[in-house]
Amino acid sequence: MAIEITINDTTHTLDVEPDMPLLWAIRDVAGLTGTKFGCGKALCGACTVHVDGQPVRSCSYPVSAAAGRNVTTIEGLSADGDHPVQVAWRALNVPQCGYCQSGQIMTAAALLERNPAPTRAEIDAAMSGNICRCGTYTRIRAAIERAAGGDS
Amino acid sequence: MKGIEKLSRRDFLKRTGSATGGLVLALSFVGCGRRSVDTDVAAGANFVPNVYVSLAEDGTVEIYCHRSEMGQGIRTCLPQVIADEMDADWDRIRVVQALGDEKYGDQNTDGSTSIRRQFDLLRNAGASARDMLLGAAAARWQVDKAELTTGDHAVQHRASGRSLSYGELAADAAAQPVPDVVEFKAPADYRYIGKSMDLIDGYEMTTGQANYGIDTVLPGMLYASVERPPVYGGAIRSLDDAAARAVKGVVDVVRMPEPSSPPVFNPLGGVAVLATNTWAAQKGREALVIDWDDGENAVYDSATYREQLVETSRREGKTIMNRGDVATALGAATTVHEAEYYAPHLSQAPMEPPAATARLNDDGSCDVWSCTQNPQSVQQTVAGLLGIDKNRVRAHVTLLGGGFGRKSKADFAAEAAWLAKLTKRPVKVTWTREDDIRQGYLHSVSAQHMTAALDDAGKATAWRHRTVFPSIGSTFNAEASGPGGFELDLGFVDNPFDIANLRLETGDAKAHVRIGWLRSVCNIYHAFAVSSFADELAHVAGREPKDYLLELIGPPRRIDPADDGANYGNYGQSLDEHPIDTGRIRAVVEKTAELADWGRTLPAGQGLGIAVHRSFLSTVGVAAEVAVDDAGEMRVREMWLVIDAGRVINPDRVIAQMEGAAVFGLSLALHGEISAERGRIVQGNFDTYPVLRIDEAPDAIHAHIMDVDAPPGGVGEPGVPPVAPAIANAYFAATGIRLRELPFRTAPV
Repeated sequence: MAIEITINDTTHTLDVEPDMPLLWAIRDVAGLTGTKFGCGKALCGACTVHVDGQPVRSCSYPVSAAAGRNVTTIEGLSADGDHPVQVAWRALNVPQCGYCQSGQIMTAAALLERNPAPTRAEIDAAMSGNICRCGTYTRIRAAIERAAGGDS
Repeated sequence: MKGIEKLSRRDFLKRTGSATGGLVLALSFVGCGRRSVDTDVAAGANFVPNVYVSLAEDGTVEIYCHRSEMGQGIRTCLPQVIADEMDADWDRIRVVQALGDEKYGDQNTDGSTSIRRQFDLLRNAGASARDMLLGAAAARWQVDKAELTTGDHAVQHRASGRSLSYGELAADAAAQPVPDVVEFKAPADYRYIGKSMDLIDGYEMTTGQANYGIDTVLPGMLYASVERPPVYGGAIRSLDDAAARAVKGVVDVVRMPEPSSPPVFNPLGGVAVLATNTWAAQKGREALVIDWDDGENAVYDSATYREQLVETSRREGKTIMNRGDVATALGAATTVHEAEYYAPHLSQAPMEPPAATARLNDDGSCDVWSCTQNPQSVQQTVAGLLGIDKNRVRAHVTLLGGGFGRKSKADFAAEAAWLAKLTKRPVKVTWTREDDIRQGYLHSVSAQHMTAALDDAGKATAWRHRTVFPSIGSTFNAEASGPGGFELDLGFVDNPFDIANLRLETGDAKAHVRIGWLRSVCNIYHAFAVSSFADELAHVAGREPKDYLLELIGPPRRIDPADDGANYGNYGQSLDEHPIDTGRIRAVVEKTAELADWGRTLPAGQGLGIAVHRSFLSTVGVAAEVAVDDAGEMRVREMWLVIDAGRVINPDRVIAQMEGAAVFGLSLALHGEISAERGRIVQGNFDTYPVLRIDEAPDAIHAHIMDVDAPPGGVGEPGVPPVAPAIANAYFAATGIRLRELPFRTAPV
């Protein structure tokens, strides 16, 4: 069936089954590969995108639920990769392999949107759904604090 | 290290220990050949001094990264070395990912080898390019080469004030002879080596533009998901694929080739569902009805197997190394202490599961894009499966979303190639997380049996260590029945302790799953046992653990395990250049203790622990501070890691690897366990195989690099082994309870 979704301000009409996870609609049908597959069960956060501004695990979110909504992926977070979170990520050389970082950045951006000055505990709580197997956690915390205007 | 080093090509060949054929090719010209999408020499390149560098007339330097990027930062560090010796400007560098090709020499990005084994090769690639540019300018100006200098991406003749840019010299340089002897820069002149250059791929990685194995898209491609035998070595009794074929989007259902014995890097067999998208392939796969013949490995049960391993470790084993007379020393001792350690299987679980895309071309050749650590193994494995020459397999290397040893095995790339051949269409195979955790190449399960004798003063007079585990060798030899060869070099026979009587033994253990290597490999369980047991002895002796550890290590000296009858490989490099130097190990322990403010008084329920371990030619010391609550649950509050890796290329990437190793080590200490029942792996995803999350990460991880003038050691792996024992030792300091099993089983204190 055809489902109409706005992804990064562009309207897509996707010919997909309604139960297809948003992740695969974004990657395989819309052709945007910045959003990653890590677990398929909303356990790792690699697939995090925003739906109407809210972070969701797109691997476990049916595409039909996104119909008529605004989806933002890592490719659409900023025009030139200059969202404060992205800038902070580069300033601190946060990524190692980089694979989980799309999801980390999307979760962090959503956190700062609703809480511009999170405490360390609030950062940990918001980010605990995003796994980084390379272990960049201490830099992720510092980068979020930096993006929030702290001194990290 | 010396100031200016001169290296003849003959010495160079000797020093790098590379296969002569590969290296000669690596140092010779390659023609300005075809231009492919991602690799090979650019059409505009005028000067191609060797396979690692090309220079265009506009001054652009392309550097061919022949190693795989999996988070260690090699796409940044490798160009740093070449560009520095070439004296090229960093902003004129373009990094090109090289195809798999033996002309590059060893490409297996494994064993923390990229810098430690190829530093000279990379320096040579840059230095010979510079030398040829100098030669071209000297010829143009009719002056002696010795009068020339380089800088600002140009060759200068100071005496006459003349200058020619590298781009202007490119065409002439191509006609210069490749030098037999090159002069390396003095370290004081380094521009990039030793500097924390920003990540080459930082922008792409933070904007969703970086391409991983899972991201390859080819026109007309099918997406595949493969149902493999749930028990290693199992086979299909019957298959009903009607429901799978009825799933919308499913195009075909095919059988995979029969698995090989031994497994090597070949596909595991099973049934592939091919569809127009990943989701349809996965749904179709779930609809398959397969009756499996589980075969002989259905007996594999981790609880029973553990009893067998421990039982074996309690018996006298095969002697691997012997110093003095342990039996007599144990008999005569006033105090004998014994302990048993156990560590389960682990799965590497890189965040990107294995993924590969393959295309069969009309001329019979094959292109494979994969997140591989070893593209030459992709060539070989795919060629073997398809029955074509390996030079007809173009192995493209994407970024790797983590590797940790899993992606040095080419089985997933071979699956894609097989399916592309069968369907006559490009095919992408994407493993699910469950596939990755259940059907990869597991880190081995092990039992360690430790016995020591102490004299009246508490000094260790005898040390006996038995290690038992199914071998990685079983992946290559179906008859392998226990620890072998290089595995015993990993933290076992390179024991640094100054103990008069020392005996090392192994016992048999048969593998029932595919065994492979995981970041730091056998060092994990060997370091856990050795560094924990050293701490145990300190407490038995009533001594302060750090001082006791230094006493065990003994005075500064160089150790050669051959003196005690062991056949030690030293990670493929010479003990002259990379000694087991107890002076350097001691220095790491002392620095670690200093940074952790060792000896300070902590509140009840808190403790500090320390461990040190040499692996991959580097030494890492770890101190951990833990707090334990009434339920026995621990929180690791802070960690200090100190590495002696000799000369380092990019300090920030070394620090990052220490931070990552702390998290990886903490993860396996708190959570890591893969187990089998009836031959099936019990765990399947991050709910049942948890890995460390940010809320469990230490509040701070402090990493320090020792300033040591020595050839580079490994960096990616050596941080991991000492982490778990440092935490266990800290837990003991906090509670008096000894943790001898990974992952830690804690109980109310």
